[in-house]
Amino acid sequence: MKISESLFLAQDICLAPIDHEQDAEIESRWTHDAGYMRLISLSPALPQSVSQIKKRYEKTEKEQEEKRNLFYFTIRMRADDRLIGFARLYWIDWSNGGGFIELGIGDPGDRRHGYGAQTLRLLLRYAFDELNLYRLSALIPEYNPAAAHLFLRAGFAEEVRRRQALERGGRRWDMLHLGLLHEEWATLQ
Amino acid sequence: MNNNLFRGKLVKLVVEEPQTVAKHFHRWARDTEYWRLANSNPVRPCSVKAIQSWVEKELEENGVELFEFSIHTVADDRLIGDVGLDGVRWNHSESFVGIGIGEREFWGQGYGTEAMQLILRYAFSELNLQRVSLNVFSYNSRAIRSYEKVGFIHEGRARNVLQRDGQRYDLVFMGILREEWIARYHGDGNNLGD
Repeated sequence: MKISESLFLAQDICLAPIDHEQDAEIESRWTHDAGYMRLISLSPALPQSVSQIKKRYEKTEKEQEEKRNLFYFTIRMRADDRLIGFARLYWIDWSNGGGFIELGIGDPGDRRHGYGAQTLRLLLRYAFDELNLYRLSALIPEYNPAAAHLFLRAGFAEEVRRRQALERGGRRWDMLHLGLLHEEWATLQ
Repeated sequence: MNNNLFRGKLVKLVVEEPQTVAKHFHRWARDTEYWRLANSNPVRPCSVKAIQSWVEKELEENGVELFEFSIHTVADDRLIGDVGLDGVRWNHSESFVGIGIGEREFWGQGYGTEAMQLILRYAFSELNLQRVSLNVFSYNSRAIRSYEKVGFIHEGRARNVLQRDGQRYDLVFMGILREEWIARYHGDGNNLGD
């Protein structure tokens, strides 16, 4: 690791803060895509207005400031700063060195270009080399095999399978818990 | 139909005032072994007032997802612990469950096991959940044995989640499905089924 190497820049994308002026309109559009909402959230899919999204941004930043157990990023294209998704480290348990990780790419047209993999690489480095966490967990519904594939390829192992924990589209699905230890990540670098 | 949902042979489920809950929990929280069996966050002293406002805030903010009970002995109506469904996801008919017996003299005698059986009956036959989940620290073998006895199935372990006294310990996940609960408890002679 070189200290000169940016923690926030990958080949095509970068990790960046929320843009309170511009982002809400784009994100509100994403919430009208139930397919996306089901991939990133266990709550019932429910579209959100621009002002609801703005309020959520404020809540997120307040939580980040007060609880100190959340690190929230937007994902943007390096070329034109266009918002393409979000990524976060959450439920950080400082005394045990644990945390949870998730990310989402909002527009289906921006998926399958490797942006998720680039984001995950940055986020893992941030979690292990900047926050000095000991391990990360990811919760992935069985109906999201693309996410499972992404995390497994980054070195995560399937640790827990909560059988039939979710109901979507008229049937029940397992919830997968994936885990990655700092030492496992380090040997892959 | 069984309408006697809150009472077993050894224990009954009671809803207490937050102040009563806080007074007991404040005492149990000073027992560091109890705390470290039940919580992953660092042990620290908690005032009655702090616990009471935490309990009240939880109920106010997450009331529709929380079903928290105090565990009383049937014999002398003593408050010995708590059990609760702490986060029902209604759209997925699933919840996590948590339990703790704060009074040490009641450890290892079936009080917690029966309280867990009562809360499962409540979860499946009154709330109509499809599944109940829990996690438990790998060094808490007394709890793991009790959950196995109740009918929970092992579903995996998150590796090295806890660091305690210089060692790493796993977080063990267990779950029970509605049909597994029915198969085990339906027509149960001890009156712990539907």
